[in-house]
Amino acid sequence: MNNGALDRRDIAWMTLSMALVTLPHAERLPLWISGLAVLVIGWRLYIAWTARALPRKWLLLVLVAAASGGVYLSFGTLFGRDSGVALLVVMLTLKLLEMKNLRDAMIVIFLSYFVVLTEFLYSQTIPTALLMLVGVWVVTATMIGLQSHNSAMRYQEKLRLSGKMLAQAAPLMLILFLLFPRVQGPLWGLPRDAFSGVTGLTDSMSPGTLSQLSLSDAVAFRVQFQGDMPKPTQLYWRGPVLWYFDGMSWHMGITFEGNPPSYSPGGASVSYTVTLEPHDKRWLFALDLPAKLVPNSRFTADFQMLSNTPIRQRTRYEMTSHTSYRLGYEGLTGFERRRALQLPDGYNWRARALAENMRRAARDDRDMMEQVLGMFRTQKFFYTLTPPLLGEHPVDDFLFNTRSGFCEHYASAFVFLMRAAGVPARVVTGYQGGELNPVGNYMIVRQSEAHAWAEVWFEEAGWVRVDPTAAVSPLRVESGLAAAVPASSSLPLLARGDMEWLRQVRFTWDSLANSWNQWVLGYNPERQYWLLSRVGLDRATWQTLTVILVLTTTLITLVFAFAMLRHLSQRARDPAAVLYRKFCRKLARRGTRREPSEGPLTFAARARARYPNQAAAIDAITDLYIKLRYGKLEGRDAVKELKQRVSDLKV
Amino acid sequence: MSGAGPAARPTAPMPSALRRGLDSWLFQLRGPQPGPIVLGHRKVFILPSSHGVIYFLVLMVMLAGSINYTLSLGFVLTFLLIGLGLNAILYTFRNLASLRVSALHPQPVFAGETAQFRLRVENPTRVDRVGIEAIPKLGDTVTFGVPMNDESSVALRMPALRRGRLLLGRVTLQTRFPLGLFRAWSYVELDATCTVYPQPETPAQPLPLPGGERGEGAASSSGNEDFSGLRAYQAGDSTRRIAWKADARGSGLLSKVFTGRADNHLWLDWHTLPASLDVEQRLSRLTRWVLEADEQEAAYGLRLPNETIDPDTGPGHRAHCLRALALHGA
Repeated sequence: MNNGALDRRDIAWMTLSMALVTLPHAERLPLWISGLAVLVIGWRLYIAWTARALPRKWLLLVLVAAASGGVYLSFGTLFGRDSGVALLVVMLTLKLLEMKNLRDAMIVIFLSYFVVLTEFLYSQTIPTALLMLVGVWVVTATMIGLQSHNSAMRYQEKLRLSGKMLAQAAPLMLILFLLFPRVQGPLWGLPRDAFSGVTGLTDSMSPGTLSQLSLSDAVAFRVQFQGDMPKPTQLYWRGPVLWYFDGMSWHMGITFEGNPPSYSPGGASVSYTVTLEPHDKRWLFALDLPAKLVPNSRFTADFQMLSNTPIRQRTRYEMTSHTSYRLGYEGLTGFERRRALQLPDGYNWRARALAENMRRAARDDRDMMEQVLGMFRTQKFFYTLTPPLLGEHPVDDFLFNTRSGFCEHYASAFVFLMRAAGVPARVVTGYQGGELNPVGNYMIVRQSEAHAWAEVWFEEAGWVRVDPTAAVSPLRVESGLAAAVPASSSLPLLARGDMEWLRQVRFTWDSLANSWNQWVLGYNPERQYWLLSRVGLDRATWQTLTVILVLTTTLITLVFAFAMLRHLSQRARDPAAVLYRKFCRKLARRGTRREPSEGPLTFAARARARYPNQAAAIDAITDLYIKLRYGKLEGRDAVKELKQRVSDLKV
Repeated sequence: MSGAGPAARPTAPMPSALRRGLDSWLFQLRGPQPGPIVLGHRKVFILPSSHGVIYFLVLMVMLAGSINYTLSLGFVLTFLLIGLGLNAILYTFRNLASLRVSALHPQPVFAGETAQFRLRVENPTRVDRVGIEAIPKLGDTVTFGVPMNDESSVALRMPALRRGRLLLGRVTLQTRFPLGLFRAWSYVELDATCTVYPQPETPAQPLPLPGGERGEGAASSSGNEDFSGLRAYQAGDSTRRIAWKADARGSGLLSKVFTGRADNHLWLDWHTLPASLDVEQRLSRLTRWVLEADEQEAAYGLRLPNETIDPDTGPGHRAHCLRALALHGA
């Protein structure tokens, strides 16, 4: 058996389990790989059913070389996450064509488990976890089939045994998961493409950047407030601050990390916990303005909070913010003033002229700001998710021609006009608002809540937050995106206001996903530390953990071993004997006890004499029992009849 | 020569004294036992198979990958598979433990044929047993299963190369079920012996004449005496003696054999064989003659150097004679 050839059933199981574990990769892999997989599976099944020979070695070598070349052409490399996964899937597929004995099959099985792991590089959601659990279940059943193919186990039995063994492995898995000493990865360098495909804010903003982002339902972060939630108009989550305008887009320019500027808080503080989704950038989002630093991060001079390393996994941090504050009121340095007034030469002439006109009419800097906001408010400016394209002079184009735009257009035009009028200003991007999940009582901030606003510097007041979008569409800031744009807009499904039941379902689901994120995916060294300190293991070193781990693992294994091997000493019980004992007990309760030396027939004779009106029943039971136990009679019906008669007996 | 059992054990890689010590202490082997042997917990051994080692290495790679990419579900998967692997130890062990094995004495065979030993494997427990291999020292591995509260009969075919006693010897019972990651095994050494008769000589030499005469190539010349039986037609037999009735029944050509005197028995005598034959050739010829004489239902006796079996007929007598030939010199 262990060098045995594989039969058709094995081949069918192998292809099924392989297809199951590679299927989720199909949407990400180039189409030709899926096509190849389908072809190879078909080919292998054809070979198995027609009992043909496997392809020759040279043909396989050619296929492997061609497929590797194909992967190289598709990805431009053979190293890295995506191409590595593609290569793994291709090799696993081609291995089917070489698979002829148990050894090959076991290698395919192990590779299949590995493919399941690679799936988690892309997605670790609950549905993925469930799908992969099914995959592991079937792969394990396949492995059982390989070991039992002489004994014709039915597929239900294989699946049942596989499920049972996996379920029994669960307690051990839980212990290992909780207690295995967690090390913060990575152990070695990650391929450059390891975190591609995550969405989020970037260090520049051009027309269309944020409106594109607002089409995404993806969660940016979740927030759990301790105590009362701030008002919606205070929910400005600060992100990249953009200083440098090149005429078309805004950039961060030079950032200064290190000493944070001081500010004087006004009013109470808000405390909350943020669970930030990985976005492969360094920003840690906090409400304007954060009062403390997250460990391993720094403030920049313009109050961006930057993690020391890019956020590549879900990160959880405690934060405190002051929603009213005075910042930078001591004055600007010359350098800061120059940066806050920078404008590119040779662009947007009409906007510059407009700013100079307004400047002349304005009493002071604040009045200048009011005039610009008044213009947005009173003239025909529109707030839309799908703004028309802008030409070579985007600010001019926007202010005088299209007049409809998303938050980035308004923030950009506003800061431009302020700077042109000699008022220091900068663009701040981040998220505005958030959706309260009543099920889990936390706030979800999605990519669709991405926002851009402005900060203007005034003498003595310092940096003041101004949201020009609020001038155009107050609803955007007070009630969110859905309220601010017409219903026909191409809003992401989840950001829409209608369909109340759908929202309920969604809230429940997100609440579940949040717990999953917090406790399963976000289980990190800190959480482990916290959990251990809760059970009285403060300052648990990895040595202590290892000892506890080994002890609990041994204990669980011993308990299982005892339970399973005890099973062995339990003899199979004859149902007839059980029923007969019940019959004897019934009579014993009435005082007719069967002596150890008494055979069933002599006992029946004695009982008959004692209960003459039940003689027939006693005889029938005794007769059935003897026939079942020692005679030819067999089968469920006879046992059923005995059971019926014993329970009907009345003495 | 002693009982021509299976060939000597393949040369063990360790000193034989150590091996014997291990056999008796660890593997609890103390020579053939009458059985049934219960595969108690101390008699079942378990170690990872080569696939188990690969599985473990794959899991280590998966663990390293999970740490590197901080994949929580990677940890979950790896730990689940570790649990599965440990669970497999118990399942594999349980698949073999508590079975009761006994052996039946097999039917005698002629040298050159295949002896068929039968192991009776009882499963008194409530757990189905699947994919167990029985590996005799010689001959092919047999895979079998035993449902709960049932028994299986396992036929072990072993080539009978030489006449004498063929011992079943040590049989390894092993299983990798359910996952193939571990191999549980147990050695049983049951007291089962197959008697191997000498190989009948081919081509057959004619039977000797009754009365102790040498009858090379000649049919019984005795006249119209008492009919004593039939034997295969040989060239030179009188056509008058052909049993036409038997031929009509489709039994082929048979010649009637008559015996004149009641005490004129057919003696198959070692001492009257040509001196040119060696021991095994003599036994071979005598074996063939026993078979022929038995077929003709003639009463025959067997004379060996240290044993004489008086003339008789019937299957019991035949077995007695063949057994004496098989164990000659043992």
